[in-house]
Amino acid sequence: MGKERTAVIGVGQTKYASTRGDVSMAGLLREAAQRALDSAHKTWSDVDAVVMGKAPDFFEGVMMPEIYLAEALGCVGKPIMRVHTAGSVGGSTACVAASMVQSRVHSTVLTIAWEKQSESNAMWALSLPQPFTTSVNAGAGGYFSPIMRRYMAMSDAPELIGCLVAFKDRQHALKNPYAHLHQHDLTFEQVVESPMLWDPIRYSETCPSSDGACAMVLTDEAGGDAHDGPVAWVAGAAMRSESNSYGGRNMVSPAASEQCADDVFAQAGIHDRRAEIDAVEMYVPFSWYEPMWLESLGFAEKGKGWQLVESGATTLDGGDLPVNCSGGVLSSNAIGASGMIRFAEAALQVMGEAGEHQVDGARTAFGHAYGGGAQYFAMWIVSKDK
Amino acid sequence: MPEEVLQAPLVLEYPFTRTTGPVVGRFLTGLREGVVLGVRRSDGTVMCPPLEYDPADALPLGEMVEVGQSGEVVSWSWGGPRREQQPFDQPVAWALVQLDGADTPMLHAVLVDGPEQMSTGMRVQIEWRDEREGHITDICGFVPENGEAGSQAAAVDLDSVEAVQSVRTPIRLNYSYTPGRALSEYLYAMREKRIIGDRCGDTGQVFVPPRGVSPVAGKATTETVDLPDVGYVESFNITRVPIATRPDLHPPYCSAWIVLDGASVGFMGLVVNCEPESVRLGMRVRAVWKPDDELEISATNILGWEPTGEPDEVIADIERIGRAGTQQTQRGAS
Repeated sequence: MGKERTAVIGVGQTKYASTRGDVSMAGLLREAAQRALDSAHKTWSDVDAVVMGKAPDFFEGVMMPEIYLAEALGCVGKPIMRVHTAGSVGGSTACVAASMVQSRVHSTVLTIAWEKQSESNAMWALSLPQPFTTSVNAGAGGYFSPIMRRYMAMSDAPELIGCLVAFKDRQHALKNPYAHLHQHDLTFEQVVESPMLWDPIRYSETCPSSDGACAMVLTDEAGGDAHDGPVAWVAGAAMRSESNSYGGRNMVSPAASEQCADDVFAQAGIHDRRAEIDAVEMYVPFSWYEPMWLESLGFAEKGKGWQLVESGATTLDGGDLPVNCSGGVLSSNAIGASGMIRFAEAALQVMGEAGEHQVDGARTAFGHAYGGGAQYFAMWIVSKDK
Repeated sequence: MPEEVLQAPLVLEYPFTRTTGPVVGRFLTGLREGVVLGVRRSDGTVMCPPLEYDPADALPLGEMVEVGQSGEVVSWSWGGPRREQQPFDQPVAWALVQLDGADTPMLHAVLVDGPEQMSTGMRVQIEWRDEREGHITDICGFVPENGEAGSQAAAVDLDSVEAVQSVRTPIRLNYSYTPGRALSEYLYAMREKRIIGDRCGDTGQVFVPPRGVSPVAGKATTETVDLPDVGYVESFNITRVPIATRPDLHPPYCSAWIVLDGASVGFMGLVVNCEPESVRLGMRVRAVWKPDDELEISATNILGWEPTGEPDEVIADIERIGRAGTQQTQRGAS
């Protein structure tokens, strides 16, 4: 007996914004969860279990928020589970939720991930002091910029590839009503001229700080078949992790990333990754991670990912491998939710529900998240076909 | 193990903001105005303090109703000696108080002199703070009912006053931090201007700072090794914006992963005594130490890393960090 076929039958998101001062954390989650239930044509009593995820508690200062959120998510009397894998958590949470259906533990699972960054300061939470030393690290940008610099040296990529990615994702975001950044007047020149923060990362090549939540309703094969509406079938889901520092570690394309990709593509029976995937939602918090992940995930040869970017292959408007049609993390970053948004946006593409940022005829889509020091990975592939 | 494992206090604190949402916001607005509000459920019962969603059926709640300012102690516990962060002058009882008109109890303090003055079922009433801001501490606590107080609110219309939408919730956590055995040895060595690492017995990889365990083999490291204070820059970042946690660093400055000669992994340090723009992948650097009479048991003894002027290190495989070591494992290198 194989895995239970698992379907995404509902997706709900909040409008991502720098501050959602009108709702509590519970209210924010509720908004996304209710929208997911509505699109799944389900009520709270139809849900068997809730799987939630968010980034470190320090990001908001609410310890174990899953307990406080139980009644807002209709969990009273039901199993509740929280997943935590740093920035990749939204993706891991979806993978855990899917595994509960795939293993036939539950028939219908609500999964949700969120962050309310306005209640704190993630930069502070990522730069906590430590006795006996002083940190010269400067948040996530300071950590990842040396890795990008290695990629640039290795690939001989033109200097402005990162700016192309940032401009493209911001253009995509204009077609997504939920995106945080809607920079209608932004020009490519403005991206290039925006100030260097963590050289080689410019301000416009970084993600915003957002409040928001994203939810999905997953159900079993019978539930998916019976659903009166579009369905995304989970064709593969995988997670991997590794130590963030050991001699000879490939920082540009971590072994865990490549192993995770090999697993998820094998599960989905995909051989020609670029040809068989119609839309990609990958975790790109800093622009250069688009070409880096294109290579690590096997969509491009090593050292050639930037050529896909430069050729326009990853644009919604005419590219053969559109990446982050939603605007991506570069346009909305509610940290804990960011991974789940990638998974949910992949589902929306194959459901044909992506609205203005829909890839025409998308049948198979790829969702991706990474976290920590590029050491946690979660990926899934969803398909229009069962 | 010649010296003791180190320990130091670590305080983490941050003034978090909590957005209340409409229901809790209304409750707090009421407290500021001297009234207590609950929320009515579909079965007619009243929860106070109010919740935004019904625990039984998950339906949203919003019908706010005023409850009494006196009630009954449902259960209680003596709080013991006063603790520093408690907003009370004296030891208090913690009690579940069910206010008149409410069907659920509220946890708050009862301000009495000792546990002998507490009993389940006793009647208590609110003691309000004079200066109120829309916070649960607007209620100083409860006192045994004396029939005097009652509502202070002269029928305030809560719709006509500014609504509470957020509260500040400063959090302070006091930790006792210990860097552990391996890192303690490293910090003691720093006092003598020595840099030590530890070696993985299976792979030969050398980790700086030492970890006590090899992330490659998953086993305890087997040997402590002395390393020279010279190495190369394997990659770097130039920070061009001020960082709140390091007001002493003036942008632009260069932070780099430094791989010492004989080490398998890099660790982060500042590159100093050169223009950040002149830093290169593979650039050879040496440690700049504090003056001898200022050395401490601390990694801050190394002020930064300056160029040695030697020819650049050739980085063989630009994707990979550090050195894989002599006996490579499948996981450590390909």
